[in-house]
Amino acid sequence: MGKKLDPKLFEALEQVIVRYKDHKGPLMPVMQAAQDLFGYLPIEVQDYIARGLDIPLVKVYGVATFYSQFKLEPNGENTISVCLGTACYVRGAQKVLDRLKEELGIEEGKTTPDGLFTLSGTRCLGCCGLAPVIMINDDVYGRLKPDDIPGILDKYRRARSA
Amino acid sequence: MQEKCVTLTIDGQTVTVPEGTSVLDAARKINIQIPTLCYLKGVNAIGACRMCLVDVGARSLMASCVLPAAQGMTVKTNTPEVREARRINLQLILSNHERTCLTCVRSRNCELQALAKDLGVEEIVYEGYSVHRDIDDSSPSIIRDPNKCVLCRRCIAACQNIQQVSVIGATNRGFDTIVESPFSMPLGDAPCINCGQCIQACPVGALREKDDTDKVWEALADPELTVVVQTAPSIRVALGEEFGMPIGTRVTGKMVAALRRLGFDRVFDTDFAADLTILEEGTELIERMKSGGKLPIITSCSPGWVKFCEHFYPDFLENLSTCKSPQQMMGAVIKHYWAHKNGVDPKKVCVVSVMPCTAKKFECGRDELAAGGVADVDIAITTRELAAMIKEAGIGFTALADEPFDDVLGDSTGAGVIFGATGGVTEAALRTVYEILTGKTLENVEFTAVRGLSGVKEATVRIGDEDVSVAVAHGTGNARKVLDAIRRGEKSYHMVEIMACPGGCVTGGGQPIVPASVRETLDPRALRARAIYDEDESMARRKSHENPSVKKLYEEFLGQPGGHRSHELLHTHYQKRPQYIKDAE
Repeated sequence: MGKKLDPKLFEALEQVIVRYKDHKGPLMPVMQAAQDLFGYLPIEVQDYIARGLDIPLVKVYGVATFYSQFKLEPNGENTISVCLGTACYVRGAQKVLDRLKEELGIEEGKTTPDGLFTLSGTRCLGCCGLAPVIMINDDVYGRLKPDDIPGILDKYRRARSA
Repeated sequence: MQEKCVTLTIDGQTVTVPEGTSVLDAARKINIQIPTLCYLKGVNAIGACRMCLVDVGARSLMASCVLPAAQGMTVKTNTPEVREARRINLQLILSNHERTCLTCVRSRNCELQALAKDLGVEEIVYEGYSVHRDIDDSSPSIIRDPNKCVLCRRCIAACQNIQQVSVIGATNRGFDTIVESPFSMPLGDAPCINCGQCIQACPVGALREKDDTDKVWEALADPELTVVVQTAPSIRVALGEEFGMPIGTRVTGKMVAALRRLGFDRVFDTDFAADLTILEEGTELIERMKSGGKLPIITSCSPGWVKFCEHFYPDFLENLSTCKSPQQMMGAVIKHYWAHKNGVDPKKVCVVSVMPCTAKKFECGRDELAAGGVADVDIAITTRELAAMIKEAGIGFTALADEPFDDVLGDSTGAGVIFGATGGVTEAALRTVYEILTGKTLENVEFTAVRGLSGVKEATVRIGDEDVSVAVAHGTGNARKVLDAIRRGEKSYHMVEIMACPGGCVTGGGQPIVPASVRETLDPRALRARAIYDEDESMARRKSHENPSVKKLYEEFLGQPGGHRSHELLHTHYQKRPQYIKDAE
């Protein structure tokens, strides 16, 4: 909230609403399109959808919080995906995740106050041989120990200040 | 055309019901009480709680509240399997319910508590996962305690389907599911209209009014203060229910007696101010009709409706009558007329009002409702809160001898009392406007077209040379229908009465809570309205302008209805309010 949202994106959202308004069950496709446009669903966007489809805001919000595919906060500059698949899990993914939470001071699914990192858990990334594994954006880090985490995070922090 | 009927067998008894009737209702017809929790007649039928399970020979037990009765169906409501399934479901609901029954406002009037007893739950079998959540006390009217919520969604149905305010809904998922406003906004910041219909729908103590009885006790104990109480029309037809009397019992005299026993220095009748409202609002209507002012004039007695208008229909704010509500008029008259007349410093007068309404708590805190910097009304409590005070004081209510209201501001007419039922303000206004405009005596004072429980009522009354058209809506969902039709240009009226609560004030958010099982067969809206109209019939005077004390007030103090002093004390203004986002269109 409070962040300026691009009016052009609302124009695009309007097009989507017009397209789906008279369809049966328009809410999900409109919300998915809105998330694609804005990256997340802040109150301004949900309120716009509610008015456009003439349904209560609390219904839009109810759907947004029911499905894990919808996000209420923007992603940080870097998205950390911690694999919580079986192989990673048995090789200590939870400890890696815990260390990340500790270092970043946030819970899973949240973004750091400086907007640098978003931390999320994910299903199997398909490289079980590297377990436990995390991805930061498109970079893969495997065979991790919790103590590897501070060094990895520093790399991204340095990249920002540079 | 004859209704199509189906015949089925329930526990060996044969019953015939119209097609579409639920198995639950069919069973009630032959006196089989299937237990319910999330079901509330006319409000919510979603089959969520699984209390009303029955055996119809299907693969699994079925929820009878949403199961249509079918021809030839055989239903068993009382088998070991059914009883066990219901009990386990109830135990699961109880497993993460905050079981602080001893200190709960709904103790002894809690549907969950009653179910636990009726279904023979003797121990808490499961200790469920629960998240402790903060109580939301941000609203001046309504307190939300999610820890007591059983997620039955009756409040959501009342707020979204009936009232169409839609400030609460179910959010999140699984154990995290909660009934709340969007973005976990505190209720006090959401465009809630404080009508309290959610409280009326809640089977447990998850929603309740903000308790202001401590403030009243404190005022009563203060020797410096003159504590004056006023009671709205609807209190006298509902208060008795809190003491075991049947719905619709009139207890006017006992109520006044109890208020004196509690220690109030004067007991006045808001009906007096209702009569005053009719003179002011009637005059305003006539002025607007004569001078081509904004029509229809829309009533402004219901603070839930006023706030609804400010949030959702700001384009109608100019239509709203500028009259304060009777509660506020009464407060202003007490502090600026009665106090001076009796040599009491208005700052040392505490006005307490007993209202059928939770929104009155918000209304009396509005800055603009403090004539000359003195709040018109200091404390507003509900019928339920008054009952609690009477009980706490150990007053044997049912045995009290009747007592009359105090002089002058206790005088009222039948027109004042019918404000409590939907259509009442319109009927009272017509009684007065007719006589003012025609100069003739109105023989039949009963305008039955505006009575009753249709969602929207319309009538056209010939007054002199003019056809005066009126519409009456109760419940803000019905208000939307009328306002949308006016917006689209399909309808036009001279006067529109809107009450926020379905049924009007008699079933306001602050009235005694009638359990779902009773509402299945009795309609408190109709029963309490009947008592209101009986009270009207019993009055010597039934037209507001015939109230001798109101006449005297104009002679001694106010001058003319709609005059300068009236405007200072008895009229107000409104403001557009945002919904969720400031500056959103």
